[in-house]
Amino acid sequence: MTTMTESITDNPPPQAPVPNDGRQRDRAEGIVLSEYPRQETELGGKTIGKISCENPFMVVEDVNVYYGDNHAIRNVSLEIAKKEVIALIGPSGCGKSTFLRCLNRMNDSIESARVTGKIMLDGQDIYAKEQDPVALRARVGMVFQKPNPFPKSVYDNVAYGPRIHGLAGDRAELDAIVHSSLERAGLLKEVKDRLDEPGTSLSGGQQQRLCIARTIAVNPEIILMDEPCSALDPIATARIEDLMDELCEDYAIVIVTHSMQQAARVSRRVAYFHLGLLVEVDETNKIFTNPQHKLTEDYITGRIG
Amino acid sequence: MQSTTLILMLVFMSAAAFYFGRRRSLATVGGPGHGSALHSLPGYYGYYVAIWCAIPSLLILLIWLIIEPRLVVAMVIEGLPEAYRTLSEGEINLLVNNIQNLASGDAVSVEVDAALLEAASSFNAYIDRSRDLLAVFALGIAGLGGAIAWRGIHADLRARNRVESVVRWALVAASSIAVLTTIGIVLSVLFEALRFFQKVPITEFLFGLNWSPQTAIRADQVGSSGSFGAVPLFTGTLLITGIAMFVAVPVGLMTAIYLAEYSTRRVRAIAKPLLEVLAGIPTVVYGFFAALTVAPWIRRVGESLGLQVASESALAAGVVMGIMIIPLVSSLSDDAINAVPAAMRDGALGLGSTRSETMTKVILPAALPGIVGGILLAVSRAIGETMIVVMAAGLSANLTANPLEAVTTVTVQIVTLLVGDQEFDSAKTLAAFALGLMLFVVTLGLNVLGLSVVRKYREQYE
Ligand SMILES: Nc1ncnc2c1ncn2[C@@H]1O[C@H](COP(=O)(O)OP(=O)(O)O)[C@@H](O)[C@H]1O
Ligand SMILES: [Mg+2]
Repeated sequence: MTTMTESITDNPPPQAPVPNDGRQRDRAEGIVLSEYPRQETELGGKTIGKISCENPFMVVEDVNVYYGDNHAIRNVSLEIAKKEVIALIGPSGCGKSTFLRCLNRMNDSIESARVTGKIMLDGQDIYAKEQDPVALRARVGMVFQKPNPFPKSVYDNVAYGPRIHGLAGDRAELDAIVHSSLERAGLLKEVKDRLDEPGTSLSGGQQQRLCIARTIAVNPEIILMDEPCSALDPIATARIEDLMDELCEDYAIVIVTHSMQQAARVSRRVAYFHLGLLVEVDETNKIFTNPQHKLTEDYITGRIG
Repeated sequence: MQSTTLILMLVFMSAAAFYFGRRRSLATVGGPGHGSALHSLPGYYGYYVAIWCAIPSLLILLIWLIIEPRLVVAMVIEGLPEAYRTLSEGEINLLVNNIQNLASGDAVSVEVDAALLEAASSFNAYIDRSRDLLAVFALGIAGLGGAIAWRGIHADLRARNRVESVVRWALVAASSIAVLTTIGIVLSVLFEALRFFQKVPITEFLFGLNWSPQTAIRADQVGSSGSFGAVPLFTGTLLITGIAMFVAVPVGLMTAIYLAEYSTRRVRAIAKPLLEVLAGIPTVVYGFFAALTVAPWIRRVGESLGLQVASESALAAGVVMGIMIIPLVSSLSDDAINAVPAAMRDGALGLGSTRSETMTKVILPAALPGIVGGILLAVSRAIGETMIVVMAAGLSANLTANPLEAVTTVTVQIVTLLVGDQEFDSAKTLAAFALGLMLFVVTLGLNVLGLSVVRKYREQYE
């Protein structure tokens, strides 16, 4: 940490214009980063805290992501255990979504995106040539920021995954999967009699839980959630948070959130991203009570973001 | 004075009116520095005066030019010798026509005698005098209008509001031209069609199986009883449209799917403009492509298979028409597919769908209403298409479902009924209007349906 304090004094005064387009972009988004010249984090480039954990299930090693010339994720390494909730926080544009999308190779569908480094899931490199991204995504499910049920019935939304992966032998098995998924997503009571109605006719919070049900219907090992509550009201948010508490008994959950409270409530560990760097990662209460890095501290006390 | 000179002078006067109006507006408030004391910007006072200068005098000009010929003709007839004035109306019209031709130095269909020559020269004299009067009148009105408006300028004159309301009326007039023309066309087609249905019962037209619109000129003529059963035309149209859609829908849809989901940006950048080129080829070109290339080819292939193929076949016209419609189908389908939110695609991919599962199970069902709407628009385009079928499908009104035979369509028959010299009240000619009415009703219905489906679907996401 000494390098850090030194680097602050080494750096030009905060207001000095530094020709760096990366920083300008962030300033345009309203984040006062001019106080934190990039060299600071690059000099202390190594992540602070504990990137490793017991029984790692997913291991991310030295991952970089580029969108064309934009270096969106820089040398990030992180381990994720089974049955834990890890929250990714950081100012917008810092690469949380990009990082999340690396974990199930959703970046593949973005033409300009390029990923380097290694991501191991249960000992297998998910970016290996022989790895099929389609099969991978069945193991690493994803819930998006805006609820996105398909324009199909509630039933068909949940049955979609099991059908394409051939998880159910017959109609009764499919029914069972749909029911248990809805049940575990805490939605069954509300939609029991509305299974034939379009998924889009549900309320926003119900739609998001439908999307969660749809994801767990294919029985993934990890669930990625990209700001799953940002489009929801506080009550619907609370329901989803409760749900995460239950789901983490079976799944590892990686959640991107903008709400510090949410991160504090649901996660066991927190990872703080800044300009594509993983600045600090540690146990949740440690991050919130005793952050080691100045950037982390400033972010959680509301000075950036 | 020439009318062009007159109009040029009016333009010049209006420009001057603008200049003086603007200057006076500034003068009333004490010079260019005090423009803010005016109600409107100085330029509006200029336009205000210019409008008062130009519009009344243009109206006079217009009315004058409408009335002038009648008046002059009446006066010329008045001056003709007694012998001419007892002629019948038709003969008088012919005579006047000749006088006018003589006056303008064109060929004349009768022997020219002294009376005619005199009439022609008096015709010219009247016209000249009328034009001089008009010039004096129009310029006078322009000057007067401009002067009155100019005197009326004061600081509180709401010049902007007045100019803008004139502009608004001009816009209303311009846009009503299209609407009124449409209404006019519909009404004229409707009335002519009603006249047709007085001669031929509507039931025969709609349900009759025999179409041969040759009516007898002489009572004893053979084979020209004229029968107006339009069913063969409807089936011919349906057959060709069906073939066209059979080509255009799969190809267009697959093109759209490929471009929207599979192609790289570079392929898209090349393929889309190419499709637009295809859409921009004149239909005549498609027509001779169909008639000279495709039809003989189909005939040859058919014959080598031992099939009887007419040299003008529904198949050739339909296939080429389908090719013509591909860009329409593909661009409307492409729009529909692109309108499906990216979140649907991400959701499907995130559940482990392959690209084709994403396409067939999520995106296409979501885009289906838009695609159907686009297809309806394409059908209506195919039904109304004329040139290709005229050139490649033949003229014989066969009642057949065999695509290798020649058939004819509603549009082709309209063309053939109206080409050449026709009386405008024979059943044969009027039949064209009845067919046109049918065509109009059907395509209008399809368009309304297609557009409303497309629009409703657009609203569905946002
Ligand atoms: N599809 C994309 N194409 C190009 N650049 C992108 C794309 N998505 C994100 N980026 C860039 O990557 C950086 C990180 O974005 P993102 O991961 O969305 O941040 P966050 O989720 O933390 O707000 C940003 O600079 C953003 O502009
Ligand atoms: Mg994001």
